[in-house]
Order: sequence, then C-alpha cells, then structure tokens
Amino acid sequence: MTDFLPQLALFWRPALTGALLALLLPCLGLYLRMRQEYWAALAYGQVGAAGALGALTLGVPPIAGGLAASLVVAGMKHPLEKHLPSTGIFPLLFILGWSASLLLTANLPGVERLGAALFEGQLYFAGVEMLVGAALALAACGIFLWRTGPLLLLVRLHPAHFRAQRLPAWAAGAGFDLLVAASLALAVMSLGVMGAFALIFVPPWLAFAIAPSWRAALAIAPALALFAYTLAFALALIHDQPFGPVLALAQGVLAPAGAAIAAAWHGGAKKA
Amino acid sequence: MKLLQTVGLAAGWRRPVHRPLSFSLARGEILALAGPNGAGKSTVLAALAGGGARIFAGEIRLAPGARTGFQTQHAPPVAGVPLSGAELLALTGARPDGLPDWSMACLHRRLDKLSGGQRQYLALWSILQAPADLLLLDEPGNHLDRAGAASLPSALRARAGQGAGIVLVSHDTALAQACCDRMLQVEPCDD
Repeated sequence: MTDFLPQLALFWRPALTGALLALLLPCLGLYLRMRQEYWAALAYGQVGAAGALGALTLGVPPIAGGLAASLVVAGMKHPLEKHLPSTGIFPLLFILGWSASLLLTANLPGVERLGAALFEGQLYFAGVEMLVGAALALAACGIFLWRTGPLLLLVRLHPAHFRAQRLPAWAAGAGFDLLVAASLALAVMSLGVMGAFALIFVPPWLAFAIAPSWRAALAIAPALALFAYTLAFALALIHDQPFGPVLALAQGVLAPAGAAIAAAWHGGAKKA
Repeated sequence: MKLLQTVGLAAGWRRPVHRPLSFSLARGEILALAGPNGAGKSTVLAALAGGGARIFAGEIRLAPGARTGFQTQHAPPVAGVPLSGAELLALTGARPDGLPDWSMACLHRRLDKLSGGQRQYLALWSILQAPADLLLLDEPGNHLDRAGAASLPSALRARAGQGAGIVLVSHDTALAQACCDRMLQVEPCDD
C-alpha cells in the first residue's frame, strides 16, 4: 500500500483516462440497455480489437484501425437489418470479430503482444493520445446525449409519435451507433474488450433496477462504475495484475451488492 | 383552410384495406372513425400520421406547419425501465397541467411501479398534451381503469378546446358519443 501513492503519481495519465471512460461507458450503456442492444458493446469492442490488430500488421496506428473497423460496422448495421433478423446481428459481429482477432494473433508475427493487451487491458500503458481521446469522447457523448438523449428514449417508447413528429431519425439511429462504436473502439484499446464491456453493461443493469428515474440512473450508473473502476485500478496496481480482468471482477462483485441494495430499496418502497 | 382534408384516400400495407375516404377536420373538432374489426381504421390513422401505411389512391392535405401527435394501441415498453411519469411527459413536451389529482400523484414514481391503468393514462396524456395541432388516437380508452375512463371525455374536449383537431378510433361508442363532434364510417374493401 505504501507503494501505491508513488505508483499512482507515475500512472496519473492512465488513471485519468480510465476514470473518464468509467464515466462515459455507463451513460452509453443506459441507452444501449434501453434499446436492448447491449450486445452492441461486445460487437463494437471485439471488431475494434480486430481492426486494431489488422492495422498493426499494415503499419497503421492500431487506434486508427480499431476506430475505422468499429465505425464501418456501425455503418453496416442498418443495411444488415434489412436482410438479417436484427436480434442476431450484434452477436454475429461479435463472433466474427473474435474469430478475426484470434486468427490475426495466431498467424501474424508481431501482433501477439497487442492481441494479449487488447484482451487483458493495457490501461497502464495509456499515453497522452488515449487521455485526449477519452476526454474528447466524453465531451462528444455528453453534448450528444444532452441534445438527443430524449429522442433516443422517445423513439423507443413512442415510435409512431416520433415518426409523426418528423423528428431527426439519424440522431436516434446512425448518430448514436457511430458514437458508441467510436467510444468502444477507444475503450478497448485501454481497458480491454471485457473490461470495457463490464463498464458498459453492469452499472446500467444495476441502475435500471434501483434508480427511481432516468435522471437518477444517469447519476447512479457512472457513480457505480467509477467506484468499481477505482477499486480495480488500485488492486491491479498494488498486486501487479492485468487490469481488464480485475475491472471485470470488480464489476462482478458489485453486481450482487447492487442487487442487495435493489432488494432493500424495493422492500423499503413497498413498506412505505 | 381546414386543418386536415382527405380526398378519396385509400390506404393499406400491401393493398388498400378500406374504401376511399373523403373528409375534413377543423381545429377544435373531434372526429371518430367507426367500423367493424379489420375495416382499416387504424390503417387510416397510420396513413394520416405519415411514414406508416402506404397510400394507394387519393391524397392527404395537412395545414402547412401543422404538427401531428400519434398514439397507437401499443403501450410504451417501460417494464424494468427507470423512467418516471414526469419524465415520460417531458419526452413528448406534454404539460402535466390538467391531470386529475390521482394521476398527478403518480408523476414522480417509476412507470413500471404504477398500476396498468395509471400507467396507461400517463402514456395517453403524454401524446394528448404533446405540442401538436392534429392528434391521432387509436383506442385511447384501452387499458384505462375506471377513473381514467371517466376522465377521458373531458380531457379530449379540453384538448380540442385548446385548438387541436382530433381523429380517434374507438370501439367504445359511449366515449365517441360523449366527446366526438362527428362520426365517420370506415368500410372494408370488398375483395
């Protein structure tokens, strides 16, 4: 523990990068959950990982490859929905992304390290470009959700009214997809595929159970994520563990605690 | 100019489902579409809303700049969603002013914690009081509890009194008689 503070001073950039992502991903996760599209997080993350590996073999910066692959997939979503059952598209993309990632890692020299890092999470190696990327993504998502978050809810709750009002469908469709894809590609580069998925899935899941309102959920989910992230960052640093699995574990521990809080909450509400 | 006018309208999905309809609607007027099951009443509403049913013949003329609100028979999927009644109204821009006291008391609770009747009344209110000149309501009395059903005619008349034109489909003849100015029969195509 005595080593922790000096280490934290050394790793302030990764710590801040992860904290920004821990605030960003659960907010996106709330809307993904509302749209019943949380598989999208896995799909974009895994395809982003494959894109990063592919880019490395071509001599292109991995982050550019990851972003490009995720954005291409987000752009393909609506055309694919016309030909395939929509519930299967994201699981299918996840499987394809996973397959491509492993095959690239197994067959091309020089990508094993990046491949392992994308699965384990390489937050401690996050440089200033990742910090800037995370800050920009958080700002872009904040502005986007502040402006169009109500539309994302309305199109889900009153779709016919949404169409009748001639509201901008691109924002509630492609705009959100592209934002999630870009954010996931960025997050995977530092948190790993499963670490990023854990942040986008678990806190919103708990917030849906315990929040009394959407506004409260928008506060509860990032707060839970930040708590679990801070715990994971400290544990992984102190015990010299790969960050992604520790983060996923912290979220997993959080889940039953959250469920207990939810049960107590609903019990209290019923008694009241 | 009338708020809404249709001339020889024949709408459907793969083919026209009802005989051509011509009618007009003024601001402040409530028109009920009547007819047997499958006659195409809901299809007419979907065509009037735009972007829904296909128009095979005739035309729809809506006053320039008029906004449309559309309530279908599908209840908003709020099970498990942390959304309060006040937030649902805010999404459509509906004001809570005029809600009955029993419904006002539910505004700050999660929708999925309300009774079905309370939830349905707020869902209907979110469309009824949305900023719109033309309101299309498909079976607005469905799934309301007794208090909601009792409040509905006066709520519809009050909204029409604010200048909205309303076209509604309802199997509830008592509701139609209580609040509608006119009733129009929708007849299915023969084939």
